[in-house]
Order: sequence, then structure tokens, then C-alpha cells
Amino acid sequence: MIEQLVHQPWPWYVTGPLVGLVAVGLLAIGNREFGVSSNLRHLCAAFAPGRIAYFQYDWRRSGLWSLVFIGGVVAGGFVGGVLLANAQPVAITPAAQASLATLGIRDFSGLVPGELFNWHVLLTLRGFVMIVGGGFLIGFGTAYGGGCTSGHGITGLADLQLPSLIAVISFFAAGAAASVFLLPLLVPR
Amino acid sequence: MTSQHREPLLGAYFGMGVFFGIVLTKGELVSWFRIEEALRFKGPYLYLVFGSALAVAAPGFALLQRRGVRSLAGEPIAIPPKVMGRGVRYVAGGALFGLGWGIVGACPGPLFALVGAGVGVMVVVCLAAVAGTWTYGYLRPRLPH
Repeated sequence: MIEQLVHQPWPWYVTGPLVGLVAVGLLAIGNREFGVSSNLRHLCAAFAPGRIAYFQYDWRRSGLWSLVFIGGVVAGGFVGGVLLANAQPVAITPAAQASLATLGIRDFSGLVPGELFNWHVLLTLRGFVMIVGGGFLIGFGTAYGGGCTSGHGITGLADLQLPSLIAVISFFAAGAAASVFLLPLLVPR
Repeated sequence: MTSQHREPLLGAYFGMGVFFGIVLTKGELVSWFRIEEALRFKGPYLYLVFGSALAVAAPGFALLQRRGVRSLAGEPIAIPPKVMGRGVRYVAGGALFGLGWGIVGACPGPLFALVGAGVGVMVVVCLAAVAGTWTYGYLRPRLPH
């Protein structure tokens, strides 16, 4: 059992409840809401607030805990993604494999396709739009929408908040559209 | 702005972050392949993770928000309701985030975990995301919410 948890990918019925437990744990520790995208705002407030009202707040009081949390996520990414890395290629469904093969992606090893996420691709027009444009949309959209997959998708939905349900439906629909219609235009070929 | 405020339990938040980072990587939530599988509706994995996460978080939140329950830090526990307003921000902001999510194949939590896992170019995605948030702050007074 322990052996499996260390060397194999965790199944959904382990992963999902543990994600839920993180959200419950943060609330229990200090009445803090689980949500990652607020850190992007805290980083702006800390390093480049300018004269923008949105960034004029005491980020240490409301955000230091969260920046520390996200520092932990980076460290945890090293532990889980390097030290305890899942050795086998990800076991996505045959239907998913066939769908991604239409993009020219047939190597399912690693956390991301190596042919999409490397420094060389960043220097191509398609790659630049995918990496920089995609990142920009993530930052702009989560700030505008007031949350991401964690803040709305877990915290907001678990607290039965209607605005979060609207945001979740919207980002899943747009994400599906982007994967099907935009990604094929941006994959390097 | 500076403050004399001292945040208690920072070590606990760091520990929770490490734990979450391990869950994200071992549970393959950082996997581009898993995200695109879900967004193309070619497999149930991500939806099962979300469903089971909510099955733990929803009753957990309800229990913690009963009257009189306090956090380890000593405060009463309450999640503030999100303001609905006209709801434009949730539709439009959600959609713009979703477009970026589908293109990059990672949302903010996994982005940070992927940096730790050694996918160096994700640092550029993170910086672009900070720039996106900054731009939102700049345009905020002119956007419908």
C-alpha cells in the first residue's frame, strides 16, 4: 500500500478527497479560504502596485499566509514531481490518446508534453502565443472572475455559492472550446 | 503599506502547501494530458477528482461554519459570500480564464507545482499570469462587473 502510494500515481478516490481536505484544513487552521489565483494579486500588490486601487491593501495581512502556502506548493511539486515522480506515462483513456494524437502528441510520458513546453518553443510565434498569451489570460481571467479552479471550483462550490457555479460552468465551457478549437492552431508543428 | 501584524501559524500554511503540491503531482492534476483529456470530454478522471473533493469539502465546511467553532488561530470560522452583482465578472472572467486554462493545460495551483517539478518554462506562464492580473487591476474601473 505504502509502496504503491510512493511509486504509483494516486487514483481519483485518493486525490480528490485529499484536495478537499486541504480546503477544510486551511479553514480549520486560520479561517483561510483555499484559492490559488489570489496570489497573483498579492504579488502585484507586493512588487508593482503602482497607483492602482485594486493593489492598495495590506497584502501582508491578507496574503502572506497564502504566499507561504504557494511556496509550499512549489516545494511539494518538487517532492511529488521529481523525488517521487510517477515513472509510467500517464494512463489517459484510449479516446484521449487518439484525440491528442490529432495534435501530433503521441508521447504521454512526463507531466507535460516535452515538445510543447520548452524554451525553444517559446521563441516561435505559436509557442509564444500559447505560453505567454495563455498565461496572461489565466491571470486576467482569474482576477476578473474572482477565482480559479480552487477558489471557485472547490471553495465556492463546497460553500454552495451561486457566483462560483456560474464561474465554474463558464471556465469549463471556455476551456473545452479552447482545447478543441484554439489548441490545434497553437501547437508547434 | 506596512503593518506590525504578525501572521500566526505560517509553518502550518507552508506544510499544507507542500502537502497540496504532492497531491497535485502524485494525483496527476498537474498533468497537461489529464487536463486536456477532461476538457475534450475523453475521460472522467478530473471530474471524479472534483466530485470527491467536493464530497469532502462541502460537509467539512458546513461542520466548521457551525456557530461557536473557532480556528486553531482562534477566530470564528466563516466563508464570506461572493458578491453576485450583475454577474458579468463570473461569466466573462471565468471564460477568459477558461481560454487560458485550455491553451496552457494548467490552472494556477498546478502552474506553481510544475515550476517546482522542474518544468522551467512554466515560470514564464506564471509571470505572464501576474502581468494579466496587473492589467486587470489597471482596467478594472472600466470593466463591467
